[in-house]
Amino acid sequence: MNLTLYVWRQKNAQDKGRMEKYDAKNITSHMSFLEMLDVVNEDLIHQNIEPIAFDHDCREGICGTCSLMINGIPHGPQRATTVCQLHMRYFKDGDTIYIEPWRSRAFPIVRDLIVDRSAFDRIMQAGGFISVNTGGVPDANSIPISKKDADTAMDAAACIGCGACVAACPNASAMLFIAAKVSHFASLPQGQIERKERVKKMIAHMDKEGFGNCTNYYECEAACPKEISVKFIAKMNREYFKASLTGR
Amino acid sequence: MKFDAQIPSGPLAEKWDKHRFEMKLVNPSNKRKYKIIIVGTGLAGASAAASFAELGYNVSVFCYQDSPRRAHSIAAQGGINAAKNYQNDGDSIFRLFYDTIKGGDFRSREANVYRLAQVSNNIIDQCVAQGVPFAREYGGTLANRSFGGAQVSRTFYARGQTGQQLLLSAYSALLRQIASGKVKMYPRSEMLDLVVVNDRARGIVVRNLINGKISSHAADAVVLATGGYGNVFYLSTNAKGCNVTAAYRAYKKGAAFANPCYTQIHPTCIPVTGEYQSKLTLMSESLRNDGRIWVPKKKGDTRPPNEIPEDERDYFLERKYPSFGNLAPRDISSRSAKEVCDAGYGVGHYKGKGVYLDLSDAIKRLGVEVIKDRYGNLFDMYERITGDNPYEVPMRIYPASHYTMGGLWVDYNLMSTIPGLFVIGEANFSDHGANRLGASALMQGLADGYFIIPYTIGNYLARSGNSDINADHSEFKASEKTVEEQTKKLLSINGKKTADSFHREFGHIIWEYCGMSRNEAGLKKALEEIPALREEFWNNVKIVGSGSELNQALERAGRVADFLEFGEIMCYDALNRKESCGAHFREEYQTEEGEAKRDDKHYSYVSAWEFNGVGKEPILHKEPLVFENVKLSTRSYK
Repeated sequence: MNLTLYVWRQKNAQDKGRMEKYDAKNITSHMSFLEMLDVVNEDLIHQNIEPIAFDHDCREGICGTCSLMINGIPHGPQRATTVCQLHMRYFKDGDTIYIEPWRSRAFPIVRDLIVDRSAFDRIMQAGGFISVNTGGVPDANSIPISKKDADTAMDAAACIGCGACVAACPNASAMLFIAAKVSHFASLPQGQIERKERVKKMIAHMDKEGFGNCTNYYECEAACPKEISVKFIAKMNREYFKASLTGR
Repeated sequence: MKFDAQIPSGPLAEKWDKHRFEMKLVNPSNKRKYKIIIVGTGLAGASAAASFAELGYNVSVFCYQDSPRRAHSIAAQGGINAAKNYQNDGDSIFRLFYDTIKGGDFRSREANVYRLAQVSNNIIDQCVAQGVPFAREYGGTLANRSFGGAQVSRTFYARGQTGQQLLLSAYSALLRQIASGKVKMYPRSEMLDLVVVNDRARGIVVRNLINGKISSHAADAVVLATGGYGNVFYLSTNAKGCNVTAAYRAYKKGAAFANPCYTQIHPTCIPVTGEYQSKLTLMSESLRNDGRIWVPKKKGDTRPPNEIPEDERDYFLERKYPSFGNLAPRDISSRSAKEVCDAGYGVGHYKGKGVYLDLSDAIKRLGVEVIKDRYGNLFDMYERITGDNPYEVPMRIYPASHYTMGGLWVDYNLMSTIPGLFVIGEANFSDHGANRLGASALMQGLADGYFIIPYTIGNYLARSGNSDINADHSEFKASEKTVEEQTKKLLSINGKKTADSFHREFGHIIWEYCGMSRNEAGLKKALEEIPALREEFWNNVKIVGSGSELNQALERAGRVADFLEFGEIMCYDALNRKESCGAHFREEYQTEEGEAKRDDKHYSYVSAWEFNGVGKEPILHKEPLVFENVKLSTRSYK
């Protein structure tokens, strides 16, 4: 099939940026979306045009590196699928596709479709851990954890940190991302000691980085490739409320 | 070149304890005076970085990804082994040790593997304390499952995302140390050279991938945790960015490379669909528990699989290995699939490189719901990628490059042949011999990072003292110049072919001649074709853009350039090893039934190769493998 692409090109953080039109020719339905971009890039190189820069690594939907807005939807039209696992059979000959980077004040553009998501790392640094050093820990079976709690923790911990939630949110809120980590640790006995401090510190840091707040659009859940539920945001709000009332 | 594995004397079970006591310690108040560089933030790198910082060392960490959380350890699905014996099924440290040695086809060091089994239990404790949501039984205890190559249930898992959960817990520990100021993190930074002064590793030269700036970083010790070289085949289950550059450039600076021909090919990956294919995706091996693998009995049969009657199907694994059947080990299953496809029985869209993995019998026997519960997420993934619904149509699979057992040579302390250069995780060669068992990669990465190198690096630092070399030293300047010149050279060629197309072409050569099975004629052919392709690369590669900005094509070209040199060592190693062992199958050395034939008398050694100039045969050193605690046996899966 042949497609028309409109792609955001921006040389660096300072550059103004613009949409450029490219043709994607002889694309087959078995290609992944990123393989389609590979083909376009090979073409561009042969035409002496700098290839489109985009983030990607594992190409199997788990590292969280790939991050494209496709026709206004983070990771494109297929539900619960990262862009690296989206395949061209979801498009048809003659389609026009708009490809843009994540848009958020807290995710400055690095180049073309690549954004800087280090704000996520800094939020995690603020409290997204359990403070234990290597060694000197009890036997793994010494604290039983109910299957239900372990499953809830895992549901939340499945977050891949891609940032689609922020890109989808009209407020550019990072609350689903933080809620996932807060809920993961709050569901486990090991996470109790720092429970109150953790939620307060991570939220304070979220504000500092310039992310917005949640006003219940639920766009984040719809865009999340790992289908992290917004119920974790509710849980985080309860955690935050309790911590604010009773915590240090 | 000196090869002393530094294996402690004494009984196997006491070696590590004894060694820990004999190692020198760095006084707690002196630790902050030492600086350690770590390259790579996968399980090994992140866990080592966090542990060093907790001890009080100053740590700098580099990774090419935008965040340390993205390292490819994250993609491991199955689980992590430990000798906990929680299932009361007879597991023990010795049994895990024995299974690992045997699985590696008796080509690894007893002492290293035993230590790995010993610390495996600490890893599970550590990860649980850090909040890893491992699967649980209803009573609240940890659940286990069994995995290939073992008769006990010792694998801990977090759904199909064990690697992700373990990596994120090590990443959390690392971030805590970044927040405390003990670790300085350099993401989007690629190591391009190792700096050695007075025979000691003193630091590295890196390229900032956003602005292209080259900088030098000096330290008292350097740790490489840069993963494996599976992308040497171009198509593999590795992430696109995985590369051999850091390890290879250390090799060029004098670190020996051990057993490069030991590369694991995983049997159950989704097949290639065309020339544009950029990577391959693994389907968990667990599918073989309920799936039957077959091809049509008629060559080039193009009928849809459901229209091929039962008696016209060849269940080749069941036919060849009646007792293990579809559960034959990875190397054997992979080779058998290749054989039937090479003979013209393969299926699928692309060059007949595929075999059916059919769960329809299991669906009939157990019902869709049970199958959905067991493999639902895998089926979804398969459908997402291929567009076929595996509940109705058998899946197609084909083997793919997955893991590399070879790596930089290290001694018992995980130090390379260059003093002060340590190598951990998949980047070293140490524990898996000629074949790695499932769920052992995660175990080794975390063992190295959390529980081995924090001790052994202290011993090195205490004995060698502070380095007095800083980043202004002439060796650093010389390295920076070499790196800058290579970038300039690559950009100046302005040829006709992209770096990716060279990589693809090179991958075909390696896959064909140094892949699942090798022979002398093929390896010699590869050794002719690789230098020719390398020469063409340096005359005809085309890269657009400059070196002073984010330039992904330039990054790739640098990595391809190193693969084009590294591929030769792989072939030399495969050529030298005139036996078949584990993942290394030399067609000339097989039994009458077509099984691997080991030659313990002549090849019970580690091949460690020393750089001898680009395009020249490297120098082979042999580290003999001594077995005092296990009896060498022949694997049989008939």
